[in-house]
Amino acid sequence: MKLKDIIDTLELQVMTPGLNLDTEVTGGYASDLLSDVIGHAKEGFVWITFQVHLNIIAVASLKGLAAIILVNSRALDEATLKRAIAEGIPIITSPLPAFEVVGRLYTLGLRCP
Amino acid sequence: MTGGADEGVYFITGKDFTNAGAASSSLKKLLEDRGVPADIVRRFSIAAFEAEMNAIIYAVAGMMRYSITRDMVKVTLQDMGPGIPDISLAMTEGYSTAPDYIREMGFGSGMGLPNIKKNVDHMTITSVVGEGTTLEFDIALSPSP
Ligand SMILES: Nc1ncnc2c1ncn2[C@@H]1O[C@H](COP(=O)(O)OP(=O)(O)OP(=O)(O)O)[C@@H](O)[C@H]1O
Ligand SMILES: [Mg+2]
Repeated sequence: MKLKDIIDTLELQVMTPGLNLDTEVTGGYASDLLSDVIGHAKEGFVWITFQVHLNIIAVASLKGLAAIILVNSRALDEATLKRAIAEGIPIITSPLPAFEVVGRLYTLGLRCP
Repeated sequence: MTGGADEGVYFITGKDFTNAGAASSSLKKLLEDRGVPADIVRRFSIAAFEAEMNAIIYAVAGMMRYSITRDMVKVTLQDMGPGIPDISLAMTEGYSTAPDYIREMGFGSGMGLPNIKKNVDHMTITSVVGEGTTLEFDIALSPSP
C-alpha cells in the first residue's frame, strides 16, 4: 500500500511539504515510547503516535520509517518540522484519536508483521 | 568499501535535548559514506542513538569515541554521571529510573540498553556509582564468514 493512498483514503493532513509520498508502507506500529518503537517497528512502517518531541524524527530516520502519523491534531514546532523535512520523514496528522486511526489503518489492510 | 582507520570523539552535554542524536547521526553518515551495508548501518545507528540518549538523559557530560576500520566499528561512551548501581537490573527490559519529564519526551520504556545488546556484536558496561558509566560496543562491518 502506498503512503499517498493511505493519506487520501483517511483524509490525513501532510505537514511536511515537498516530500515523496510514493513510498510503499509495509506495516504500522503505535507507541509513544521511543525505545519501544526502535525495538519493534520495522523499515517502511508508519508510526502512529501522540509524541511530538524532536527526537521522534531521529527515531523515524534511523529505523527507515515511511511516515509519522500524529493523532489528536497534535502540532509540531517549527524546528521539528524543519528537521523532518531535512531528514525526509513525512509528518502526517489526523484529528482522530490513536484508537480510531489505528482501527482505520487496520481496516485498510495494514498489519504489524 | 574504502579502507583506512578513522577515529574521533564527540562531546555530549547532559540534558541537551535539542542536539540529541547529533553524534549518532554523524556517525551514521560516516558509515554510509564508507559504503557499509544498510542493515549494519541501521543496527549501528540504533545502538549509538540509545547510548547517546542515555548519556544525555542521565549524565552531566560524556565523551563518545569511535574507531572505524575495514572490519569493525567500535564506540566507547564514557560519561560523568550518577553511575549504574546494578547493571544486570538496568539491562532488564522495562526497567527504568527515568523521571516524569524525561518520560514526557518519549523515553523511559527501559528498552534502551536491551536494544543496544540486541543490535551489536559485543557490549560491555562498567560503572562506578557517583562517578560515571562507560559503555563500549562493537559491530563487525564485513559479513560474517
Ligand atoms: N549512562 C547512564 N548513567 C546512569 N544510569 C544509566 C545510564 N544508562 C542507563 N542507566 C540506567 O539504566 C536504566 C535502563 O536504561 P535503558 O536505556 O535500558 O532504559 P531507559 O533509558 O530508562 O528508557 P528507554 O531507553 O527505553 O527510553 C535507566 O533508567 C537508568 O536507571
Ligand atoms: Mg535509555
